[in-house]
Amino acid sequence: MALDRIFGENSMVFIRSEQLFDAARRNSLWYVSFGIACCAIEGLMSAGGPRFDYDRFGIFHRGSPRQADVMIVAGTVNKKMAHVVRKLYDQMPEPKWVIAMGACACTGGPFREYPNVVLGVDQVVPVDIYVPGCPPRPESMQYAFMQLQEKISRRTEERLAAR
Amino acid sequence: MTDDRLRATPDEPIVAEGRRVPLTSPKGLRRVPRGVDELATEHLIVNMGPQHPSTHGVLHILLELDGEVVMAAEASLGYLHRGIEKLAESRRHHQVGTLLDRADYVSGIHTELAYAMAIERLMEIEVPEKAHWLRTLMGEINRITSHVLFVGTFGMDTGSMPTFLYTMREREALVDILEAVTGSRMMFNYVRPGGVTGDLPAGIIAKLETFLADVDMYLDEYDVLLTDNEIFGPRTKGVGVIDGTTAVAFGMTGAPLRATGVAWDIRKAHPYAAYAELDFDVPLGSQGDCFDRFVVKTAEIRESLKMIRQLIAGVPEGPHMAKVPKVLRPPAGEVYTAVESPRGELGIHLVSDGSDLPYRMRLRSPAYYNLAVIDEALAGGLIADAVVTLGSLDIILGEIDR
Repeated sequence: MALDRIFGENSMVFIRSEQLFDAARRNSLWYVSFGIACCAIEGLMSAGGPRFDYDRFGIFHRGSPRQADVMIVAGTVNKKMAHVVRKLYDQMPEPKWVIAMGACACTGGPFREYPNVVLGVDQVVPVDIYVPGCPPRPESMQYAFMQLQEKISRRTEERLAAR
Repeated sequence: MTDDRLRATPDEPIVAEGRRVPLTSPKGLRRVPRGVDELATEHLIVNMGPQHPSTHGVLHILLELDGEVVMAAEASLGYLHRGIEKLAESRRHHQVGTLLDRADYVSGIHTELAYAMAIERLMEIEVPEKAHWLRTLMGEINRITSHVLFVGTFGMDTGSMPTFLYTMREREALVDILEAVTGSRMMFNYVRPGGVTGDLPAGIIAKLETFLADVDMYLDEYDVLLTDNEIFGPRTKGVGVIDGTTAVAFGMTGAPLRATGVAWDIRKAHPYAAYAELDFDVPLGSQGDCFDRFVVKTAEIRESLKMIRQLIAGVPEGPHMAKVPKVLRPPAGEVYTAVESPRGELGIHLVSDGSDLPYRMRLRSPAYYNLAVIDEALAGGLIADAVVTLGSLDIILGEIDR
């Protein structure tokens, strides 16, 4: 096993349960396949495809929000859509994270002058990572997920320090 | 009597049609209404979407079910309405392309082209031959990226995940070429009134030829994965049948119309750009079911490749942009231009009042008309076929809701 090479054979490793669980969460971030607009093609389909391959980070899509850890808000959220986004977020089990993908989800983007458009999805759900771009490249989304993994690691340290 | 018992309040309307007879009495005994021999059933309203992996965006469909059979379907739109037509009235003519790219976000070149053609017709701009050539070439490359995405997502709708992974390979190869030429993977803003923004960079024809050398093998793989597949055939043949009369009556265009056997293609009927000089066929179906719509789309990929091969055989010389003023002020008047986008007839109705802003810009989105037939296509079928039928219509919600 790989752990044997790190710690030596037949060694005993002590780990806090928070560290163990967060390590597992960090490496299996499942997202809801919920594409709103243009960004879905780049952030969910291209990035999930064979070239950029989310899967090697342990990132995989789920059809139901009840099985997901991350919601990628990929597109413009308007007032008809806002309560749907909120409802989906409420259905996700804790702990959960939100990535606002693209200019529209961050601020309203090119459509922010239109009164129907919500000026950033952070008015509806709490956002962890903002990804600028219109649309962001799949590489940006991979970087966003790496940042999210960093964020989860930091969270573990904070929780341990608070003990 | 039975109706009133089901209402929570006297004012609440009853949504489902059909016999709503409770099967058990308050005492727990089974109650069969007098004069009814068979088991009484009630219709069920099921919400499909707005979050559903197979609605290709945020579409909400109300399905009225009798058991497994769909009785009626109603699409509820507007979850992606972001005012593209209204915002265009406060954008200069050069800036409208930015909005239109985001309307049909899988085939931006075609939407831009329709708008550029509208301005050119109003201002009577003579477009150079090179620009026509580049528009046609980029348009056909863009059409293939859109069609292979359809093949992949339609495979997923019918339960074949691997097809998506195969089609993304071809899509990425072509998106690389589009990015090298236009500067963006999706939101090109490449076709401008008067021409295109840039010429082909060095080495791109060679890259395209490398792709063209392998692509026939890739397309044969699609046939193995889907067209000749034992499961795919029964899953799609005879499902979601739309006949030609209905399709024409609903204003359907593109592959869903051609799958019914109606030969209507804007590229043949009203040639624009360089299509008049190209030799290509319009693939037709005969049954108008999901399988024919799929086969027409895959045949169109081969036709597009045929066109690309003809185009790169003779590269015209000359400028790629006509001489146009920095600020476009088309004379007052109105114009309608249409192009054949991957989804059908995409039209721009532009009204100009002589200023530098469009007075009114209307987008005739093909997917909107193709989606309108959803009630006819789904009613009478099984609920398991609803996803397949919806997927075969190849809708893009960005241009439906605008």
